[in-house]
Parts: sequence; structure tokens; C-alpha cells
Amino acid sequence: MSDLNSLAQKLMTLDDSLSSCMRCGMCQAVCPMFGATMMEADVARGKVVLVSNLAHKLIEDPKAVADKLGRCLLCGSCQANCPSGVPLMDIFMTAREIVYTYIGLHPLKKLIFRYLLASPGLFNLSMRFGAPCQGLLFKSKNNVQQTSAAPLLDSILGARHIRRLAPKSLYAIEGALDEPAGASGIKVAFYPGCMGDKFYVDMARACLKVLRHHGVGIYMPKGFACCGIPALSSGDVEGMTKEMAVSLGLFDKGQFDYVITPCSSCTSTIKELWVKYADRISPEAKAQAEALSAKTMDINDFLINVLHVSMQGKPEAEREAVTYHDSCHLKKSLGVFKEPRAVVELNPHYKITEMAEADRCCGCGGSFNLFHYDLSRQIGQRKRNNVVASGAKIVAAGCPACMMQLEDVLSQNGDPVRVKHVVELYAESLD
Amino acid sequence: MLSAALIKDFEALLGKQNVFSDEADLQSYSYDSAVLNPVVPALVVRPTSTELLGRCVKMLYDNGIPMTVRGAGTNLSGGTIPDKSDTVVILTNALTRILEINENDLYAVVEPGVVTAQFAAEVAKRKLFYPPDPGSQAVSTIAGNIAENAGGLRGLKYGVTKDYVMGIEFFDATGEVVKSGSRTVKCVTGYNLAGMMVQSEGTLGVISQAILKLVPPPKASKALVAEFNDVQDAADAVAGIIAAHVVPCTLEFLDNNTIVRVDDYTKAGLNRDAAAILLIEVDGHPAQVADEAEVVERVLKQCKASAVIVAKDEAEKFKLWEARRQALPVLARCRPTTVLEDATVPRSQIPAMMKALGQIASKYKLEMGTFGHAGDGNLHPTILCDRRDAEEFKRVEAAVDEIFNVALSLGGTLSGEHGIGTAKAKWMEKETSRGTIMFSKRLRKALDPKGLLNPTKMIGI
Repeated sequence: MSDLNSLAQKLMTLDDSLSSCMRCGMCQAVCPMFGATMMEADVARGKVVLVSNLAHKLIEDPKAVADKLGRCLLCGSCQANCPSGVPLMDIFMTAREIVYTYIGLHPLKKLIFRYLLASPGLFNLSMRFGAPCQGLLFKSKNNVQQTSAAPLLDSILGARHIRRLAPKSLYAIEGALDEPAGASGIKVAFYPGCMGDKFYVDMARACLKVLRHHGVGIYMPKGFACCGIPALSSGDVEGMTKEMAVSLGLFDKGQFDYVITPCSSCTSTIKELWVKYADRISPEAKAQAEALSAKTMDINDFLINVLHVSMQGKPEAEREAVTYHDSCHLKKSLGVFKEPRAVVELNPHYKITEMAEADRCCGCGGSFNLFHYDLSRQIGQRKRNNVVASGAKIVAAGCPACMMQLEDVLSQNGDPVRVKHVVELYAESLD
Repeated sequence: MLSAALIKDFEALLGKQNVFSDEADLQSYSYDSAVLNPVVPALVVRPTSTELLGRCVKMLYDNGIPMTVRGAGTNLSGGTIPDKSDTVVILTNALTRILEINENDLYAVVEPGVVTAQFAAEVAKRKLFYPPDPGSQAVSTIAGNIAENAGGLRGLKYGVTKDYVMGIEFFDATGEVVKSGSRTVKCVTGYNLAGMMVQSEGTLGVISQAILKLVPPPKASKALVAEFNDVQDAADAVAGIIAAHVVPCTLEFLDNNTIVRVDDYTKAGLNRDAAAILLIEVDGHPAQVADEAEVVERVLKQCKASAVIVAKDEAEKFKLWEARRQALPVLARCRPTTVLEDATVPRSQIPAMMKALGQIASKYKLEMGTFGHAGDGNLHPTILCDRRDAEEFKRVEAAVDEIFNVALSLGGTLSGEHGIGTAKAKWMEKETSRGTIMFSKRLRKALDPKGLLNPTKMIGI
């Protein structure tokens, strides 16, 4: 009971934020979880009330509240549309930290966040052994999404259709980079993210190709750790700060004008969340995170608004349709939605054909997909329907996690629609 | 407490996935949008067909258990808050089929849980128009709108929800199907029970289907904004526009405090010294719209508007309306608790009401912003406060009481569109009469002898 009191006390730090919810319920209109389940406890208003009730000791079942908090994609749609401006993402992140810490982090998550993702060497090693072996387990679906299924790994992967690990990671191919600025006079730190380094290596290489084409210098040291968003979503601030500390150390050793990532989740984490948690490492780390935040940009934003890239030549007469999916972190956190569309159309061969509800969450939600695969698929199916209805045979996104989800749902439906990162499409025109 | 056997029966009827008895789920149905205390229900059930909805009602009636029907839970007077701890909440949000949109006969048939804005969008795809547009339309349900007789911005010209209800099917307290109204414009078969169900706040029956009237959409529209140095001038303008036989589709009002708050937040460059802003939109045939916009502009100038802006195109119209769209969101951000009232007066009494509201705010030392539907006298005095501050909230409650008093003394009403629920129940007799309360209670008793349908709402049973 005294434990519950201290839990309640910790949650009371959120009381001002929680009290700012006027219970209007407008979040029901935009929440992808609510769209799938139509349950009040799955929408922001319901969660705010439950956290508030736990803080005020009106409910004495932290586990039940934790379960409800976990049924959320952290897509930020509620906050972006909240009439009274409730800081919902901050509430959910902080509540997850407090409540999950009270309950105790799952041992497997602890292992992954605090050791594997914080130790790039160990992560790389396990992936290096994993990549050649996966052929034994994965059965290719021979489709345009290049996904595979692994019936033998059913207990871990379920019925997912996912892309295999790349045979060689980005670092294994490129090595550590420290190239000087070229014609543009600009040098960037390129942070590929775990997915860019290990799964979507072609995508990350396309980004490097584009940056080099425009005379941009590249700093990419060996050993960046995970950005920390999976750990933080699981309430594991210790794991997240461990990972952040590793990368901060590497950023500290380089000289660059911008930090560029091809993953909107990494971008928004480095830009918006590192600053909030860096003081748990040290005051110096906080100052460094603040400086990095100001320099961090999505690659599309960088291409359009810093390099001012424009189309070379004229658009082709019959351009191929590409439909674009707005990743939540890109549009709702970073406000970047015009730029990726513009980047697609930098390639004279492509034109954007909008899908309905382009900015509705794809249902991946990072680790949400791991723990709530059925819901993730259900939410993904709506996205899939919108993609297919657009008629485009290519769907572009600015976030590898969305790409993985799109590949899964399209592959499951046997749709002949390819999934591409925005920058890959532009890079094609530079051959 | 509910018996375990009954919960099992519900699970057998609806499937386990549609019966909720975990504490966390129950607590998430203990409130709605009203600033009132929550009440945790005993059980929440979600029928997936209207037939199952009827069987739920019957089962609850047979077992003598009170029930509260809930759509999106956006009620502003507590109508969807459970009455007591043994209440069962019935969700309608699995009943979302639009059964028919008839483009020849201009009506639609819908299930109770259809979301208002989604319905209006489906209707618009067929080049027709469903005008009621309550503020919560993005999430609110049609049956909720009917049970509350929801209004909105278009009330003055197009009317409110009641004006679009052609027929209703509902379950009475015992679970019997009752049908009233039809797909025809004219229908005098039996009592107008559909009319009785409108604004009945879940106390007379459980709506299972509605036939709604559709109209052709206006072909053109034009928006104007006018600033005034005196609220009286703005009210004169409202009266002048109507007297000139122009009925705008919207005629909205913002007071000075709202203007300043909106400008603080949006930096839109509004005139912070203006006592009031009117936003006016006329719609209809293009020629008529052009004529009416000219009349409106002339009246505004005659009534000493300090500035009049006419939107040139859709983009400019959107921009002009931004101040009105932002009114509630901006006010809601000022303080943790937002008490949104909807006392309504005859439109000629708006200046008197505004004066009284100013006096009440200063008497109780409260911040208040007022905006609303000037065309129909439906104002939204919005008190910005913090419910956690008990002393302040006492002053809020006293101020709200006084707002009702003033509205009634000016020949107005307690509620233009938010309903009575439990929030305003104690005021019912003052606006109506003892006879009205007795008649209503006898009506309820006759139709719901066990007193199970939302029993504490409106006049109680």
C-alpha cells in the first residue's frame, strides 16, 4: 500500500497536465487505436483519466493501467488535434516510465535496451551471425516487397512478413566516414538508425549517394547506438540514456553543421526527446543534447530547405504515380509533410498521387507491433486499403519502421505495391 | 453489485469481447464531457446489432438494473454519466451502419452509433446536405444528437437536430420495439413518439434506428466579419440583418475577452480593442448570396461597425473563421478547467445578457470568455477556472446559478443545446412549472415503471 502511495505521489507530478484535459473526447476522431477497438480506455481521454485516477488513488491496480498505457502507438495524433493543448505525449512517456518502473521492466526488454542496443559491437556481432543463418529459417514470399516469413520462428515473429536482415550492414560496407564538405560547403553527421544500418541498407546508401551528389561532407563514426525510442516507449529511461550516452560521445568527436537521419523516429527522438532526458546523464550531456537538437533534421527537410534542391531537367510526360504515407513522427512531431512529397517529385519520373488519410498512423508504433501484433495488423489494414485505393504501385515513406509495416500488410494481402523510402526514389534519378 | 450469473449471461449473449467488467474499463466509462463527479458503472456492454441492443435492454429490465446509453460520451450536462454504482452502460458504438441514403426521396436511415461528421460526409458525397453541426460532430453519434437535440452553428437558418428527424425506432424500457414516423414527408400515424424521443436524454427509451431528412446543399456562400466598439451595436446589427429579411446560415459572436485571448494565441492581428466581433455567412443561390451579402454589409455599416471585411474566396473565408474555430480551444488552454455554459436568450436580449455576464464575472472574480451563436441568442459564457481549487469552484457554481437566473429573467432558457442531464436538473422547475415536472415524472413512471432508464437525469423518476 505504501508503495502505491509513492507511485501515486510520483504520478501527481503530472497532475497539472492531466487536469488540463477537458474530457471533450475529440481524440476519438483521430486515434488509430480507438479506430480499431472503439474502447474508451484505448483513446487519450480514457488514458488520461486512468493515470489521473491512479495518481489520486481512485484505482489500485497499476498493472491494469500499465496495460492500457501500452495499448497506444505513441503516434501523437491526439496531441496534434487536442483542442485544449494537453501535452499528451509527455504524459504518456512519463506515466510509462513511472508505472512500468513500479511494475518492473520485462527481463527480455531489459536485456535488449540496456545491453544489446546500448552496445553496438554486441548488436553488430549478433546480427553478423544472424544474417547468414536466416536463410535456414526464412522462406521468401517472392514478392515485390521482398519480404519473408519464418514459420519456425512463429513464437517470436508470428505470421509477420518481414524483410530479412541485409547480408552486410551499412557500416560493414561503408566503414566509418569523415568526408569533408564538397561544393555545398556543408558537412553533416549521418545517423542511419538501427533499421538503416541493418535492414534497409540500400535506403541508407541511397541517402549517402544523394548527400555526396550534392557535395555534402559526411561524418558517420562507427558505433552509434540505438536512438533510444524503443526503450523510452517501454518506460526504460535507464536503457534510453545508456544508449544516448554512447551516441553523444561519438557526436562529440565530430565536426558537422547538421545531424541528418533518414528515420523520422530517430530524428524526433534526437531532436525532441534527448534534450528532455540528457540531464539524467550529466549537465554537460544536457548542453550537448541541446546543441544537437538545434542541428538535427530529417533528410527531406534538409534537401529542400537547406540545400534547396530542385528538379534537373523537365518532368516526363507520363509520370509514374507514387503515393506518400505521412509518418507520425515526421508530420505530427516534426511538422515535415510538404518536403517528402517534393523530394519524390524531384525525380522527373514520379508524381505524387495522394491516398485518403495519408497522415493516419500505419499501426507499426515501433515496439507496439511486437506486443500487439493483431491490433497493429488491424490498424495497418486500413492504411493498406488506402494505399491500394490510390492506384499507385509505389508507396513512399520517410521512416523505415513505417516501411516495414507497409511491407508486411501489403505482402499479407498479396498486393503488387512496392515500398520505398522517399530518398531512394530521388536517388534513382541520379544514376 | 451485479451477479456473476448475469455477467455470464451477457457474455453468452454478446461475446466476452463485448462485456467489460475490469475496473480500468469501468472507470473509463464513469465520466463524459461535463464538469461533474464521475460514477463508476457496474458493467459495460456493447451490443453488435440492434437486435442484441433490444435484448440487452430487456435483460436489464427483467433484472431491475438501471441503464445509461452512451455514444461518444461528449455530453456537456452529465447525461452519459452512470446514475449509480449498479448502473450498466450500454455502448452504441458498434452500431454504426448507414442503412440507406435515398437520393430521390431525400432521407437516410442510420443506426444509433453512426458518427455525425462521417454521416454528413457520406451524404455530401451524394451531393446532399445534413446541416446539424454540433461542436463535437467529429466524434458525436446521431442517436446522441437526437437524445440531446444537438444544435450547432447552422441553427438559425437550418434548424437543429429535431428538424431533421423523420422517424425513430426505439426500444422501450422493457425491450419492446416502438416505431414512429416514416420515410415520407407527411406521416400522422399515431402519436408523434419520434418527436417525444428527441431531447429525451435517454430517459424514455433506447434509440435503435433513425430516419433523417436530407436537403439539397446551397450552391454558393459568402462570409463577412465585422468589428464593433459596443456590444449594443453588434446586437443592433444582428436584429437589423434579420429585420432586412436576411437569414444568414451562421451568425456568430465573440466578446472582447475571447478576441484578446484568441489574438494572444494565434497572433492573427485581431482588433484587441473591439468590444465584439460578428462572423456572418450567407448561403444559397449565387445571385441571392450576392444580394444578401450586400444587404448584410450595409446593415453592419449602418450599425456603426468599426470595420467590415468581406471574404473574397474560400481561402479568405477559412482565414476569417479561424478566430471562431479557435475560440473554445484557446479559452480551454488558459486554465485547467473549462466550464462551458449555453444559457440562451431572445436575440434582442444579447446586450443585456452580455452586461450581466460581465457583472457576474467581476462579482465572483472569475475570468469568463463569451462566444456563441448570436443569431439564435445561444451564447457560450465560458468560465476559466481550476476545479481543484475548492474555494474558486464554489464561486464558479454561484456564478453559474446567477447566469441561469439572469437568462430566465430575460425570457431565455437554461440550455440551448447542451441538455439538462444532472447539471441543470434543479433549475427545471424554475424555467417551467411544477405541473411540467409532475407531468414529466408521470410520463416517465408510466413508460418506465421500474425507473431504470437514466433515472437521475433531467427531472428524475
